[in-house]
Amino acid sequence: MTADVIIVGAGVTGAAIARELSRYKLKILILEKEAEPAFGVSKSNSGIVHAGTQNPPSSVKGWLCVEGNRLLREEIAEDLGLNFVQCGQLVVIFDLADLPELEKIKKEGEELGVKGLELVDRAWLDAKEPNLGPEVKAALLAPSAGIISPYRFVYALVENAVKNGAELKTSRKVSAIRRPAGGGFEVVAGGEVFRARFLVNAAGLYADEVSALAGAPTFKITPRRGEEYLLDKKREHLTEHIIFPLPSKTSKGILIIKTSDGNPMIGPTANDVEDREDLSTSDEGLAEVLAGARRMVPSISKDDIIAYFAGLRPVSGKDFVIRHEDSAPGLVNAAGIQSPGLTSAPAIAVMVAGILKEHGLKLEPKEEFHRLRPRPVHLFQVPPEETRRLIEKNPAYGDIVCRCELVSAQEIREALKRGARTLDGVKFRTRAQAGRCHGGFCTTRIMKIMQEELGFPVKALTKRGAGSELVKAERK
Amino acid sequence: MAAALAARAAGVEDVLLLERDQHLGGILNQCIHPGFGLHHFKAELTGPEYADRFVRLVKEDRGIEVSLRSFAVRLTKDKELSYLRPGALEEVKARSVILATGCRERTREMIQVPGSRPAGIYPAGLAQKMVNIEGWIPGREAVIIGSGDIGLIMARRMALEGVAVKAVIEIQKTSRGLVRNVVQCLEDFGIPLYFQHRVSMIRGRDRVEKVDVVKVDDGLKDIPGSGFGITCDTVLVSVGLIPENELLEMAGAEIDRRTNTPVAPGVNLTSIPGVFACGNACKVYDLVDWVTRDSELAGKMAAKYLGKQ
Ligand SMILES: Cc1cc2nc3c(=O)[nH]c(=O)nc-3n(C[C@H](O)[C@H](O)[C@H](O)COP(=O)(O)OP(=O)(O)OC[C@H]3O[C@@H](n4cnc5c(N)ncnc54)[C@H](O)[C@@H]3O)c2cc1C
Repeated sequence: MTADVIIVGAGVTGAAIARELSRYKLKILILEKEAEPAFGVSKSNSGIVHAGTQNPPSSVKGWLCVEGNRLLREEIAEDLGLNFVQCGQLVVIFDLADLPELEKIKKEGEELGVKGLELVDRAWLDAKEPNLGPEVKAALLAPSAGIISPYRFVYALVENAVKNGAELKTSRKVSAIRRPAGGGFEVVAGGEVFRARFLVNAAGLYADEVSALAGAPTFKITPRRGEEYLLDKKREHLTEHIIFPLPSKTSKGILIIKTSDGNPMIGPTANDVEDREDLSTSDEGLAEVLAGARRMVPSISKDDIIAYFAGLRPVSGKDFVIRHEDSAPGLVNAAGIQSPGLTSAPAIAVMVAGILKEHGLKLEPKEEFHRLRPRPVHLFQVPPEETRRLIEKNPAYGDIVCRCELVSAQEIREALKRGARTLDGVKFRTRAQAGRCHGGFCTTRIMKIMQEELGFPVKALTKRGAGSELVKAERK
Repeated sequence: MAAALAARAAGVEDVLLLERDQHLGGILNQCIHPGFGLHHFKAELTGPEYADRFVRLVKEDRGIEVSLRSFAVRLTKDKELSYLRPGALEEVKARSVILATGCRERTREMIQVPGSRPAGIYPAGLAQKMVNIEGWIPGREAVIIGSGDIGLIMARRMALEGVAVKAVIEIQKTSRGLVRNVVQCLEDFGIPLYFQHRVSMIRGRDRVEKVDVVKVDDGLKDIPGSGFGITCDTVLVSVGLIPENELLEMAGAEIDRRTNTPVAPGVNLTSIPGVFACGNACKVYDLVDWVTRDSELAGKMAAKYLGKQ
């Protein structure tokens, strides 16, 4: 199979690039090693659409973050039917002697074009954030920050790219890349060979390996692990903004995060690790996160925790690595996409399209680009009257599968129709199993619906792809 | 069911019984082991047999309307209730409401077991449903965290299905389960029970591969050098139950944040007059016979509230 552009990786970076390129008359192929998109870094993060304050004004990620935030807020969230909430962020200080630091962040943010930054005092905080502890003295308000569901963002980008003609192939790990004499690339993935003139590498934690396979061993990725702890939805209004402490050298510190599904979250830690697959959490991580969060909001308790996970930031130096590799003509790297990669993705996509154009890819707009993607139904988001209408139209919306998060059989079926293949894929799309009981009640029902819709035998059902089978045998 | 029948017996004319599942009986349906009804029926029954005795009575009673696959989503302090069922969103106003919503299981997350999050980690009750209702065997080698009754019963159940149950790990000095279950489910099957131990790490990328176990002292602190590993592909978690009182909370009743039970002066009562909570929603019982006894009382209390008798 021959394409104009092959994109390696269906995380938020690859997905955003695919969607951007699908505006043009191009044949686009996305190769993803996992069973579904968004199973890499893009599933395990804070989901913050950063305002763009805590980055140096001279960095690439600095302006990409501000521009990505603008694109998401002003266009993409609406066009793709995403549940983006612009809640704003506060960077708090515990000592008034740190005020000059806040002033500096404000000034740098303004240089990058962040709008609406404002220093607020304790009286303002008392009125707007009554749960903040006594140690907090003042803060910098950035109203343009917001929150989004990271995986649903990726699914929306991929679905829309596919709607516009891009092709997605999952369970296709790129294992070799050849450069034939006439130019371009031959990419071997999952036993098949795919050809293209241009190759975009958005392989997250493995981007250094993919770049090396293509003949450009020009950088190295070091994973930086972050542990995050989700709190019960009953604590939804713990804070009204995302709360940051003053950043340290390696990280933005332990935050109190709002998520678009209502559960507050605390984290992330930041530790460099060796293993690119090590997504474990630890007793030490939990202790660090709790201590950091309680300093800002003392009422947070260990009993509020209902879930946790770790993510790995793909780090290569201090900045993103977005460039054409002259040693492998036609290869564009979108690598080292650490935080704020989720926010920056729409802007990274525009930048990558520009680099491809500079290197000879013709970008001719399609006659018709389907900009909009219909918003999937989530009962937990709609008012009762709308629920009534939905159920009367389709009785299966009244057949509740997940009691904790209010997810109907119809929503599960729709998720499977939109591409979910695994139990985690269903969870990320619908929230079924994401509540307090962690699927204790609904897992078997979901597995039965999966069998019906996908036609898989029960032993072939997985949590997140081959190797993660859920059931080992059937009773005779 | 016991509350509905008792309310009827005490003179209540019109009872609506809502059940989310497609069958009546709740969790009893998956408890196919014996040991139910020794007190209430003076007979040793399995869970489904015990439930069935009530199902028959409920079905015969013209004054009880049963609505299955009906999921209550909203309750107000004025006893307005909304529920969803296939094809409709229904709204009813009741004069009295009894919540008999049972428990959910405490999860691995609630006790914050560190490690990765592969396939093969199940709440014990979910594993029970898989094996007994669906006929699916979740794994080949299992370790059970916590010695609650469901965990003990599942240790035996899995062993009977040919699964190697390698250990039950309990952080406390004694079992939370019934003594008869420790004897009949573990000792008779040669399954080791480790008291004062905890699982300190779950390992495995896609499927569980191993757990790390460490001994703890009386203050629940790890004892250095006492750690060991157990290879397994399955971890069942049986660390207790939590009453499901989210509806009651929505109605504005006072809830104890630690136990998730209603704050009230006596059994079955809530802080809202005319709204009752019974069975495992009121407090966690260890025998169904006592659930029945107190639920019958809840039915009578509702009748009294409505001025019957
Ligand atoms: C704890 C944490 C919190 C974060 N919080 C935020 C935040 O709040 N806001 C924000 O803006 N950013 C945040 N980030 C950063 C953000 O998550 C990342 O920048 C972003 O998800 C990176 O996306 P990606 O597409 O580049 O990588 P990935 O999502 O990892 O995508 C790469 C894809 O490539 C695939 N792949 C790899 N190798 C191959 C191969 N050989 N063949 C085929 N496919 C391959 C992978 O399977 C994967 O799906 C956070 C990160 C972490 C870890």
